[in-house]
Amino acid sequence: MTMKLPYYPGCTLKTKAKNFESSALEVAKSLDIELIELPRWNCCGVVSSIVSDNLIEHLAPIRNLIRVQEMNEHGLVENENRLVALCSMCFNVLKRSNLRVKENPDDMQTINDFMYKEEDYEGKVEVIHLLEILRDMGFDKVKEKVKKDISSLTIAPYYGCMLLRPKSIAIDNTEDPKIEKDLMMALGARTVENPFRKMCCGGHQTVQDKYAVARNTHTIINGARKAGADMMITSCPLCAFNLDNRQKLVKEAHPEFEHMPVLYFTQVMALAFGIDEKYMGFEDNYIDPRPLLREKGLLKAVSHKE
Amino acid sequence: MSKIVKITKEAAEFLNKIEELSGEKITSCIQCGICSSSCPMVNEMDLMPSQIMSMTILGQKEEILESKSIWICASCFNCKVRCPRELDLAKVAEALRQVVLRTATDKININDIPEDEIMELPQIAIVAACRRLTN
Ligand code: SF4
Ligand code: SF4
Repeated sequence: MTMKLPYYPGCTLKTKAKNFESSALEVAKSLDIELIELPRWNCCGVVSSIVSDNLIEHLAPIRNLIRVQEMNEHGLVENENRLVALCSMCFNVLKRSNLRVKENPDDMQTINDFMYKEEDYEGKVEVIHLLEILRDMGFDKVKEKVKKDISSLTIAPYYGCMLLRPKSIAIDNTEDPKIEKDLMMALGARTVENPFRKMCCGGHQTVQDKYAVARNTHTIINGARKAGADMMITSCPLCAFNLDNRQKLVKEAHPEFEHMPVLYFTQVMALAFGIDEKYMGFEDNYIDPRPLLREKGLLKAVSHKE
Repeated sequence: MSKIVKITKEAAEFLNKIEELSGEKITSCIQCGICSSSCPMVNEMDLMPSQIMSMTILGQKEEILESKSIWICASCFNCKVRCPRELDLAKVAEALRQVVLRTATDKININDIPEDEIMELPQIAIVAACRRLTN
């Protein structure tokens, strides 16, 4: 039976990371999961308010959680309090705000009073990442859907910050995460460990100081390269931008630097599941992974939109 | 030889303010330096995270608020998960930034960024930078 889950896309999956959304929705479909977009969702605010006296920045995330209640009331989903996020940043901020109000009933009351035109948030929603859904259903179920042998690919998982820190929101061990590695192995890929897999890419500093971010990118990509990887995977569109597009600046500063493709984990899943290439959206990756995938015999000679 | 540092009333008020805004007991820092050695941005900083803690305790307001470090902290929470005192330096840095930003000061002006660069950036980068670096 199809598992129907409320799904929060967030702004970037509708614009710069369309390839993340399109590949994720198709992959989910293959696994009999229907991700139903939250009606009237709003931007989550991206970063959690972390000063004690600023409650207003929690409104936007909580309003999205009210939409999950409404989906249940309107019969779009049945008795389903999980809200699935794909973007690591959205996941982090939605989960942190949810915890904040669950642990502080006074804050919940203040927010509910402030949004008096909305129904009250009852504190029952659970914010969950797609990776957790896959782990909970069992990576052996993922394995069953594999149609293409991708054992020629050596992949370095990259976790960054927002899936793991702070500990209260972590989807895996903060210091020794395995979830992405386990998933890639279930798909049949080889994996290697990048010592910098949990190192911050620099996040929003990319706006203020792109060269500082490029220095982190250099360290992280070199770590993956030295470990023997062909490509990296991520679940965060901001990490993806910093690790992928900022390689342009790394190359300018270090002409000997070798580019490395950075993919969303769902793009690799789609590849292994034999899903139509149009859903993978490789044309939106800055470092085009297609030459590498062709070289490995994993893509047809001439592909979609090239 | 021990050195005696006199904490002025203003310095104590500054520490109180930052402890209140961040919600962190900054004086419990034992200066072990784990935060600084775990920080992915430390090479870009003029004051190390552990120095921010000790200088806040001593109320060295000007030096800290004029430092590059508080603006370059990426709120990655690596220091927080490793600090033996479970101190959250991302919150301390945010509190320090807020002291400046709440005087109607912006650290960045998005309009200064060339349009082609803005068009390239993902939305989450722009929204996050505005939240952390503008009032
Ligand atoms: S890790 Fe914690 S206790 Fe150690 S210096 Fe940093 S803030 Fe202080
Ligand atoms: S939260 Fe800030 S100070 Fe702490 S490790 Fe990350 S960048 Fe460094």
